[in-house]
Amino acid sequence: MVDIQLPQSVRVAGGERRYSPGSLALGAHAILTLAFLYAPIVVLVLFSFTRDSFGVRWTGFTFDWYIRLLADQRLLTAAMNTLIVAFVSTVVSTIIGTMTALAMERYRFRWRTGLDALLYLPIVIPEIVMALALLAFFAFSFGLLETLFGIRLQFGLATVTISHIAFTISFVVVVVRASLKGFDMRLEEAAQDLGANEWQTFRYITLPLIMPGVIGGALLAFTLSLDDFVITFFTTGSGVSLLPVEVYGQVKRAITPKINAISTLMLLVSITLVFLSQFVQRREV
Amino acid sequence: MSNGIAVDLRNVVKRFADVCAVDHVSMQIRDGEFFSMLGPSGCGKTTTLRMIAGFEFPTSGEIFLHGKAVGTTPPFRRNVNTVFQSYALFPHMTVAENVAFGLRMKKTPPADIARRVTEALELVRLGDYASRRPRQLSGGQQQRVALARALVNHPEVLLLDEPLGALDLKLRKEMQLELKSLQERVGITFIYVTHDQEEALTMSDRIAVMNAGKVLQIGTPTEIYERPVCRFVADFIGETNFIEGKVESVEPSGIATITSDDGLTLRGQTIRPVAPGMNVTLSIRPEKAFLSVQEPPPGTPNCYQVRVERIAYIGSDTRIDVRLGARLFDLWEQNSRSTLDRDAYWQPGETGYLWWPPENAIILTE
Repeated sequence: MVDIQLPQSVRVAGGERRYSPGSLALGAHAILTLAFLYAPIVVLVLFSFTRDSFGVRWTGFTFDWYIRLLADQRLLTAAMNTLIVAFVSTVVSTIIGTMTALAMERYRFRWRTGLDALLYLPIVIPEIVMALALLAFFAFSFGLLETLFGIRLQFGLATVTISHIAFTISFVVVVVRASLKGFDMRLEEAAQDLGANEWQTFRYITLPLIMPGVIGGALLAFTLSLDDFVITFFTTGSGVSLLPVEVYGQVKRAITPKINAISTLMLLVSITLVFLSQFVQRREV
Repeated sequence: MSNGIAVDLRNVVKRFADVCAVDHVSMQIRDGEFFSMLGPSGCGKTTTLRMIAGFEFPTSGEIFLHGKAVGTTPPFRRNVNTVFQSYALFPHMTVAENVAFGLRMKKTPPADIARRVTEALELVRLGDYASRRPRQLSGGQQQRVALARALVNHPEVLLLDEPLGALDLKLRKEMQLELKSLQERVGITFIYVTHDQEEALTMSDRIAVMNAGKVLQIGTPTEIYERPVCRFVADFIGETNFIEGKVESVEPSGIATITSDDGLTLRGQTIRPVAPGMNVTLSIRPEKAFLSVQEPPPGTPNCYQVRVERIAYIGSDTRIDVRLGARLFDLWEQNSRSTLDRDAYWQPGETGYLWWPPENAIILTE
């Protein structure tokens, strides 16, 4: 999270505060920027509690939309699917990403720079390109499998999960590598010197020390997977639905405060995870 | 089988790509000895130490620990422990957990671990710090934790890689004495790597002086300082004046007379056999030459009238530069006179008589 500090009023000798035009303008600028960033979100959350069924006017406070949410079976299934996909893809991409980060930081090998660039590419290429590529890839390989072995595979939770793993690995690698930058490799030598084999060294020294980075990477992967729309949309196929896609589908029919309510809940989960990851990463070993 | 030899290096070579870091090093380190490897940075001393620890493997040659060839045994299977220059304490563990780590890895029973950790911390006088984290300790205390963490395993050999390098001068001197007395108490062989000659001289039973991957001389501190075998050792350990010349004659006692390049006739002690006509270097340490106000009696060897060029008063000594032929000759005089006698010191521009007994200078052949 970004720490925004409002400009402090200028303190002059004697402790008397004086507001100069410059400091006032600076304060106004900061408040406007914050308003620009957060006003839509505030409106969204606010109107999840309105009685107005179009969600555009404030006609009184109600929890009604949240209660209706719990009765919406489609939405609940989609939420469950989202959590499953996010959980599985996070576990897998965290393990692969951490191993990759360790290898990249520790060893000097041929094509290392090239691999480095390849690892960062998924972060910068347009998501729609990634989504279409995954769609094409699955369609192609399913066709191939069917012609060669007669195996019929379909789009579903598995394809979404694999796609999410594919696009979150890079983020995990970036976060874990950042935590490895400050890692003193001599600690591993010290552990081996004291009789720890390679596994014990990793288990008792390396992993505990890079844990904040690993957890940070995992939480980032989890939030990315949770609210991903584009890749999810292209790789789910019919019949299975994840929350962001489901919400989009409902919005197309009618915008009700129920959408606001589900969005507020998703926001809550994301914010909680981000704060958690900040907390874990900031906690010093 | 090992005949009291803790570590035996035979013709050990270590090459990194095209650099030969350690070049045919052979040395034998005795059981219970405080052995130092001394040399400038890049001389191969740390690489040699890392090969004994098992972090590097020799390109050729063999290392024996108590008579057993270690080959490519990984560090965790060698009963050798290292104290690192950076201490390398585990920041996520308490002092006690750090010290216990080696025993835990060897599956020592918990009761034994607790007892030995307490003993080890007492040994380095850190008994009250068991539950602290390393970063809550001062540099000197961290150093002692690193020592306890290594010694608690009762290693065959303890390797120390410039362990005092990060400490300030006063603390370093204290730790030198403490390390030495600790080593005498535990009786474990210490192999100590340093580039600080004073440190090596203070603590070691024997020193190996290294340069450019080669061992130049192995000997006691006195041997290394008083009878260096080559110009590098004489220059690296302490300070000295070099005067190049040609041998004129050699007496049966081993005293040789040489003529310097600028025509001075000088006498010094030979260490290796020399013959008339050979090119040699005479090395005379600044504290072994004297400057007199009055002319010494005729026949005093190596006696020349000289002019004082510079003086530097450093408290315990005064360092005097005199002009001898074409060169500045450095000599130190101890300030042993009364503190009230302010006029008793040399001043630049004065003349005096420089001289030294022939046995105070040595003649180097390389």
